[in-house]
Amino acid sequence: MSVVTAGAPALPPGSYSLAGALRSEWTKLRSVRSTTWSLVATAVLTIAIGILATTTEAGRWAHANTGDRLAFDPTSLSLAGFLFGQLAIGVLGVLVVSAEYSTGTIRATFGAVPHRITVLAAKVAVFSGVAFVIGEVLAFSSFFIGQALLSGSAPTAALSQPGVLRAVIGGGLFLTVLGLFALGLGTIVRHSAGAITAFVGIFFVVPLIVEALPSSIKDAVGKYLPDNIGATMTTVKQGFRTDVPTFSPWVSFALLCAYAAVTLIIGGILLARRDA
Amino acid sequence: MIEARGLTKHYGDTTAVSDLSFDVRPGQVTGFLGPNGSGKSTTMRLIMGLDRPDAGLVTLNGRVYHDLPWPLREVGALLEAKAIHPGRSAFDHLWALAQTNDIPRSRVSQVLDQVGLASVARRRAGKFSLGMGQRLGIAGALLGDPEILLFDEPINGLDPEGIRWVRHLLRGLAAEGRTVFVSSHLMSEMALTADRLVVIGRGRLIAEMPVAEFIACNSRQFVRVRTSKPAEVTALCDALAGAGAQVADDDGAMCVTGLCAAEIGELAASVGATLHELSPQMASLEDAFMELTRDSVEFGVHDAPDDDVRPSDIELAPVKR
Repeated sequence: MSVVTAGAPALPPGSYSLAGALRSEWTKLRSVRSTTWSLVATAVLTIAIGILATTTEAGRWAHANTGDRLAFDPTSLSLAGFLFGQLAIGVLGVLVVSAEYSTGTIRATFGAVPHRITVLAAKVAVFSGVAFVIGEVLAFSSFFIGQALLSGSAPTAALSQPGVLRAVIGGGLFLTVLGLFALGLGTIVRHSAGAITAFVGIFFVVPLIVEALPSSIKDAVGKYLPDNIGATMTTVKQGFRTDVPTFSPWVSFALLCAYAAVTLIIGGILLARRDA
Repeated sequence: MIEARGLTKHYGDTTAVSDLSFDVRPGQVTGFLGPNGSGKSTTMRLIMGLDRPDAGLVTLNGRVYHDLPWPLREVGALLEAKAIHPGRSAFDHLWALAQTNDIPRSRVSQVLDQVGLASVARRRAGKFSLGMGQRLGIAGALLGDPEILLFDEPINGLDPEGIRWVRHLLRGLAAEGRTVFVSSHLMSEMALTADRLVVIGRGRLIAEMPVAEFIACNSRQFVRVRTSKPAEVTALCDALAGAGAQVADDDGAMCVTGLCAAEIGELAASVGATLHELSPQMASLEDAFMELTRDSVEFGVHDAPDDDVRPSDIELAPVKR
């Protein structure tokens, strides 16, 4: 049977691609207020906790004992807020996928881009870009604000010192990859509340449970926990920030990347297989 | 052209669609009719590749949805009203969709204007009424100027003006040579809008035919006759039966099929019966649809102790003499 196409214009050559999906995901991300609020929350938590930590320590320095003075890490201190900012960026990562399910737009999205892995790849790329820029801006802001608050009353760090630039950049990288882990969780769980609960559970509840375990187990398990990975990545004086043995900063980061990759791969497989 | 062949889909123990085959042809509005829960939305999702069929295949102009190079430029779909992020504007919602298929920004404004949402295009869609949500969904379907259009219950939530507008839109799209597939649970609406019907119940195909044929096959014409005296009723019944008509009782009146009003009037005169009523009737399409899908309504309401007997049954049963 011949197909009547009188009403529809001829199709352009080629086909839909990742480029279009990327532009679309950028439009989606910037066009809802929850993005702005999540990023504002990330920024406020990170900067404010950093300010709180540095001012407190600046006041204590004069009375600190030798052990505390040896462990004093002005870089890590100024980046203390990142352990709280991670919560807000995690929520945004979850929402990038789960909001499509809660609102029903996922069907329009897959209708426009039937190759679902392309959709996930576009979400990952756009979110990574935004989280990385925000993360690094916050890392450098926290660092400079923190050093300014410490100067005069306590030792300060400079980017030229060994390990300092690595730790500051590490703050932004930690936030980015953590957000991707949350995005993967959102893809697996699909419900905002469930995925955010899982995220909070992994980052805030699991460490509390591990803390309660005998130290032999704690020492063996602790270095695999995301919050310790974050601490290691943003620390210059290794071994002082956490009370458990840790991997080196870059091994820790590789481990975090592996976690994110696992949730994204599982999420991607489920995304391709499940009914939308 | 949409071709469904042997579509079957289970959700757990529930069979949503079972061995469903039908064609949707270009240049016509094809109504997809069935009671609520009969598998219409599932079928729509299977067509779009959103759900994977357990068996069977559905193609759009010869290709499965997943293989379309420019899905939005080939198939436009309204699957559910208000499937939009409440914090996003109508414009941004459509623009995000348009970008995936390299559809120009000007086209977004164009379809918003076409569906009458131009004035609220920049407003957050969370404030939209159901009717506005439907219009936005229709705008999304039209976005890529596609040859095939799918609409799942497009008139839900629309006011009479909106319903007329949708009817004209669908007929216009079909007149341009496009393939238009529109689902509804309202037979009366489909009688006005569609050229062909695909009727399903409990996920199975019940009928697939032109609307005119469906009406001819499924609606019954009869004449209602009323006389006052019992003796005259008996005499007239005998005369009608003798002339080959069928007579049924309808709340004290006779429902006569097989003879026209004029013939019945002359028969009445010949037996000396005084008629109080002699009116040609047409059983509504709604009745025909109810009759056809009665066994396939999933969540039927049983309204009487003898719920198997309906007025339409009584009409067909010959009066005992």
